[in-house]
Amino acid sequence: MSETTPTAAPERAAGLPAQSPPVDRAETAKSDAPARLSWWRGDGGEGARRNLGLLATLLVLVVIGILTRPDLYGNASWVWGNTLTILKLASVVGVVTVGMTFVIIGGGIDLSVGAIVALAGVWCTTVATQSYGAGGMIFSALTVGLAVGLVNGLLISYGRLVPFIATLAMMVAARGLAAEISDKQTQVSNDTFINGIASTNVLGIPLLVYILAAVVVAGWVLLNRTTFGRRTVAVGGNPEAARLAGINVRRHTLLLYGLSGLCCGIAAIMLTSQATSAQAAMANLYELDAIAAAIIGGTLLSGGRGTIVGSLLGVIIFSTITNLFAINGLSTEAQNMVKGGIIVAAVLVQQVQFGSLTQFLRRNRATSTT
Amino acid sequence: MTNPLVAAPADTVAGEVVLRLTDVVKTFPGVRALDGVQLEVRAGEVHCLLGQNGAGKSTLIKVLAGVHRPDSGEVEWRGEPASFANPQAAMRAGIATIYQELDLVEDLSVAENAFLGHEPRRLGFVRRGHMARRTRQILARLGHPEIPPGRLVRHLPAAGKQIVSMARALSHEARLIIMDEPSAVLAHDEVGNLFRIIRELTAQGIAVIYISHRLEEIREIGDRVTVLKDGRTTAANLPARATPTNDLVARMTGRTIEYVFPERPADETAGAELLRVDGLTRPGEFADVSLAVRAGEIVGIAGLVGSGRSELLETIYGARRAQAGTVRMGGRTLRPGSVGAAVRAGMGMAPEERKSQALLLGEPIYRNVTLATFGRYARLGFTDAGRERAEADRIADSLELRPRDIRRPVRTLSGGNQQKVVVGRWLLGDTRLLLLDEPTRGVDVGARAELYQVIRSLAARGVGVLLVSSEVPEVLGLADRVLVMREGRVVREAPAGEIDEDTVLDLVMAGSLMEGAPA
Ligand SMILES: Nc1ncnc2c1ncn2[C@@H]1O[C@H](COP(=O)(O)OP(=O)(O)OP(=O)(O)O)[C@@H](O)[C@H]1O
Ligand SMILES: [Mg+2]
Repeated sequence: MSETTPTAAPERAAGLPAQSPPVDRAETAKSDAPARLSWWRGDGGEGARRNLGLLATLLVLVVIGILTRPDLYGNASWVWGNTLTILKLASVVGVVTVGMTFVIIGGGIDLSVGAIVALAGVWCTTVATQSYGAGGMIFSALTVGLAVGLVNGLLISYGRLVPFIATLAMMVAARGLAAEISDKQTQVSNDTFINGIASTNVLGIPLLVYILAAVVVAGWVLLNRTTFGRRTVAVGGNPEAARLAGINVRRHTLLLYGLSGLCCGIAAIMLTSQATSAQAAMANLYELDAIAAAIIGGTLLSGGRGTIVGSLLGVIIFSTITNLFAINGLSTEAQNMVKGGIIVAAVLVQQVQFGSLTQFLRRNRATSTT
Repeated sequence: MTNPLVAAPADTVAGEVVLRLTDVVKTFPGVRALDGVQLEVRAGEVHCLLGQNGAGKSTLIKVLAGVHRPDSGEVEWRGEPASFANPQAAMRAGIATIYQELDLVEDLSVAENAFLGHEPRRLGFVRRGHMARRTRQILARLGHPEIPPGRLVRHLPAAGKQIVSMARALSHEARLIIMDEPSAVLAHDEVGNLFRIIRELTAQGIAVIYISHRLEEIREIGDRVTVLKDGRTTAANLPARATPTNDLVARMTGRTIEYVFPERPADETAGAELLRVDGLTRPGEFADVSLAVRAGEIVGIAGLVGSGRSELLETIYGARRAQAGTVRMGGRTLRPGSVGAAVRAGMGMAPEERKSQALLLGEPIYRNVTLATFGRYARLGFTDAGRERAEADRIADSLELRPRDIRRPVRTLSGGNQQKVVVGRWLLGDTRLLLLDEPTRGVDVGARAELYQVIRSLAARGVGVLLVSSEVPEVLGLADRVLVMREGRVVREAPAGEIDEDTVLDLVMAGSLMEGAPA
């Protein structure tokens, strides 16, 4: 190893003109093309492309609606009214999905969202809570949601439980507690303000849709424009890298589950208002709807990537399907089969798009032989 | 300009041509990674591929290995036109590849990884005993009989993983073995082992394509050299030993590099003590390590892979918790096991394994560069993307990142360019002490000189640097003071001027001869 790294004298540069480094950038010419293409690829460009695909899916569903029920779609005011119905249907799950999207991007999963909604709903409609009026009910729903979410977070980040297990346990426990509190009864809400939320329209659009819009916008800003969002992507994409970059991974994980719980609290108020009551069995299987919506919206189950807009489109696609079956008078069973098919298709598309071909081939090689 | 394609008359290799590439082109969206490559490889030779980071070397070998399909051009394998649809096809044809980025399945055993995809079987059942036996033979041949074939790869250190991917390449009856920077994660003595094996292979008439940024390795093991620049062959079949270094560098970079290591400042007035480590111990990794780094000083740690260097660095940084000992920054004792505390005290660390420890592969380059600092550019929790991109642009310029588009996902960068992103991250912000673990792994000669320059100018600004490197010349050339580690202990400390390469190597190796003996 006598000859170490090269120390080339300038005069030995055989036949090559001595160039100064700044001029010698053949790459500058090469990188022109990427610069032009970068709007397409850079900053969430892949997400944008995927969202176009989701919009196309939505369009197809609308076309199916038009083809199967041309009579209804001929009526403009019915179409407007039906659109609002779909959005209203999407609103509660939509709010839950925003929180879920954060958790999944952050590398986790929250199976307890439906149970948290139920617990928060039941808690805020007990006789005792109702005596504090609408303010007390809203406050307690949000607090309960946040608190249960933080417990999830503590178990996962500091107790080192696997998210799947921790939130599965919470799902069972929270529903149990809700049944205990409500004594398995339906608790009627007598508060006119709470009950009015779901029936109020502002400028012809249901208040619930505004709430969804507000949560989605807040979620989008949080994910894309704040340090919280950046940490979420880092923690989910590569927790070790995040940790070594000085990010407090545990605390952030805790906050993510808290955020999901808070969204559940909001959803609990919306759902209670819609039903003018709450019970332990409410928001059944919301976890599945929220996870499925996030996944077809392009959120990577393994973490590190996802978009709020994609999740919103996912929720809207699901409620459009539900609506499509309803206006055609078809059964929910058939509907669930279609939903299942869509989830599988979405995940397949995800694999091909996100992994480069290399990774795809290698993964196949690895799995086909194990 | 002279004709860049100089076919050397020196025909030192007698074997027949086994592989010939003509005008191979491969484009990725927005990048022409290969833009007309010519390559000719003969049986029994070690054919070296040289080129800057991003020149297209890895892309080229992925074309050969059936991972990428070329857009155009011809591949002729053993006299016949070939086109490999997938990696299996290339392997069946007799081409085995050791990739630059390890591609092992972490939760399979060493033997299962070595024979992945071609397990010996009978009646559909894997012959586990047979597989373990053959793995043991290969490992012994690689000089590592101590690695148990049944151990999960997850539990091996980085160098062990590299051995396993070499074992995988040897488990095939290959006629051509491609090695993409195999020495980047190997210690000095391991490289010697690798070369011995390469010589055995070529003696059997097997051809080897060898990629490395270390020219001295190419001198030692190579027969002929092909140089790539911007996806084109700029020189083919140069004699590996006879071609002058500066000629090679000039063909790779299009310019000359006058000096590699920046000069040390004349006045020995390093500042106040910045870092003090006392009696730091983690059983099984390192014991009773004490050291100090002053402001403006570069301290280098030399030692074999496995001597506890990386673990020491990670413990100082709080990523591991010490069993005993203290770490003080500017006189204040840091909370053990807390990266946050270390970062707040002004530490930054570029870790050893870029893929698993440092990068968000799907995220844009600039967000990877600012991963540790985005909070500082933020106002009221809102990130400042413009500022981040400006800072990342500055780093990309000073480290010659290519391609220069910082919005690309890091995943699409070549290995060496990914490494620049990892180091560049800590050149931002107000880091007072920089811990660098193999900072130049896979970085080409030109960019390496730039990087040394950047590190030296940081030191001139008062930043303290603690550097770990497997390349002894790098430690000696860059550091002001050198610590030599062996089996978890510091066995020597000296100013860089008062110790030479042979002494360091002797100190470093002494332990590996007397396995297990206390230092
Ligand atoms: N999957 C990909 N998508 C887009 N561009 C890619 C991809 N893979 C490689 N590239 C680009 O192709 C060019 C050649 O990369 P390659 O990895 O072959 O370089 P290399 O010569 O091996 O460099 P190094 O010495 O750093 O390993 C680079 O500009 C790189 O950014
Ligand atoms: Mg490479």
